Amino acid sequence: MSEQQPTSKFMQNGVVKWIEHRMPIFSFIDHSVGSGYPAPKNLNYWWNFGSLAGLALIIMIVSGIVLVMHYTPHTTLAFNSVERIMRDVNGGWLIRYLHMNGASFFFIAVYIHIFRGLYFGSYKYPRELLWIIGVLILLAMMATAFMGYVLPWGQMSYWGATVITNLFSAIPVVGESLVTLLWGGFVVDNPTLNRFFSLHYLLPFVILGLVIMHIWALHTFGSNNPTGVDVKGPQDTIPFHPYFTIKDLYGMGVFMLIFLFFVFFAPNYFGEADNYIPADSLATPPHIVPEWYFLPSYAILRAFTNEFILYWPVSWLMTAKLAGVIAMFGSIILLALIPWLDTSKVRSARYRPVYKWFFWIFVLDWIVLGMVGAHPAEGIWVVLGQVATTYYFAHLLVILPILGVLERPLATPESISASVTQPAE
Amino acid sequence: MSDTASTPPSAEIDEQTRRDFLLVSTATVGAVGTALSLWPFVNSLNPAADTLALATTEVNLAPIAEGQSITVVWQGKPVFIRHRTKAEIEQAKADDSAALPDPAKDADRVIKPDWLVMVGVCTHLGCIPLGQKEGEPKGDFGGWFCPCHGSHYDTSGRIRKGPAPLNLPVPTYEFQSDTQVKIG
Repeated sequence: MSEQQPTSKFMQNGVVKWIEHRMPIFSFIDHSVGSGYPAPKNLNYWWNFGSLAGLALIIMIVSGIVLVMHYTPHTTLAFNSVERIMRDVNGGWLIRYLHMNGASFFFIAVYIHIFRGLYFGSYKYPRELLWIIGVLILLAMMATAFMGYVLPWGQMSYWGATVITNLFSAIPVVGESLVTLLWGGFVVDNPTLNRFFSLHYLLPFVILGLVIMHIWALHTFGSNNPTGVDVKGPQDTIPFHPYFTIKDLYGMGVFMLIFLFFVFFAPNYFGEADNYIPADSLATPPHIVPEWYFLPSYAILRAFTNEFILYWPVSWLMTAKLAGVIAMFGSIILLALIPWLDTSKVRSARYRPVYKWFFWIFVLDWIVLGMVGAHPAEGIWVVLGQVATTYYFAHLLVILPILGVLERPLATPESISASVTQPAE
Repeated sequence: MSDTASTPPSAEIDEQTRRDFLLVSTATVGAVGTALSLWPFVNSLNPAADTLALATTEVNLAPIAEGQSITVVWQGKPVFIRHRTKAEIEQAKADDSAALPDPAKDADRVIKPDWLVMVGVCTHLGCIPLGQKEGEPKGDFGGWFCPCHGSHYDTSGRIRKGPAPLNLPVPTYEFQSDTQVKIG
């Protein structure tokens, strides 16, 4: 559909005019992603990842709906129904591999999108709510991905579900009853599989709703941009369509090439071989590891042992296990508070010479946490995980607030145009 | 709305108190009622009658020689039954006075010292500890070792080392005869 000026030939079409008069959907689309949405003219390729995440969501919903037509949510049949999809259903292997790898690429796009926001200060006034909705999307994605991974009912599905649901048993007093409620039994079993299936189908549409709110909040003040300087007037913007629709389409082409490379040539690269063994409730695999996108969170969870320095202040109050669970969820929820933890008024790291370094250290820290999460909790990995966990929280709770006060930012350009016509420094 | 408006704007402001009371109390009753009506939906997620019906398991102990262990399923969970050796029992009693994260006497964890019966689910995050079969690692204390996050249990199933907070739980069970137990 071409989104053009309301005065365009398209808008003069009789049918379009008839609909538009009764429900102005065409001008709504035009103002959302069309020529009626003025976008900062200096958006770079880091701004592609929002629409890429949207593309990934659509791929997941479409492939998921088709998979459900062939999948059976029952402990005795689930594993075999997935194998049937892989072997017998026409093109089933392709649809499943799209869905499996689509989850990974959804997270890749979203993580880059988040780090882009952190670098360019996209979470600062007036975009705090936009950012918070984004964190909610991340949480919903994590819940969806976790429950989806349980559905094939392989060994990793089963034991991943067991370990993660057992986290809630750390909650004092009600923990055990809560876990029984989650399971619908005394172990992860058929009732658990059925409810996870139900919620795994529901949550993507919750995410879709959150995405619409995310875009709504985005359009209230418009996109941030690499300078972090507010749009001062029409000279700073260009219409979203065709300039950024074409840029996004180009990015989608590149994204799809990489995504489809994995789908066709390394479809199990992101997976675990153990998940091709049917679930066995009496044998735990020797090395349980979550999907890669959970590894940093998993590392934070496991960092909390009785010897961990961050555990000492709360050791009189709770077990190390509970502290780990709180830290893991806290590490994501804290992201929602970044607009207030970061005290600097300057948005873009381009004009924050010190923050720029701390940003990259934070990225590195996050990658280290991911590596720690992938290894058994032994030897050097324990220490490394505890150091990286400490730094993660120090970055958010100590460095960000103090840096905003101490750092002397560079002069920001007067406007987006001025940043090009009169280079700073 | 302006076509049908009938309340003069000033009247609303003057008579706020009574209307507000009615509005707030109605809304509160409605909210509480809605919240209560959610309970059946939440409760439907709790274990169903057929799940609860599988509450007991009976085990014949006769074929288990001293030093052997078997794993039986009770409520879907593995239950470890070990026919302990004299040395293991001595060790378990001697460790009563050791530094235990979750203090418990061996005598309180068994009905007959020869037979240790407990739920074989790690109290950390629910993995199945190793140590039941010959050749499996038994951990630093000769009992069980959980491979997921490295918890060590002793010959009485007590947590000694690692992230697990509690001892392996002892289920309710009774000896129906010298060679028959009923778990649950």
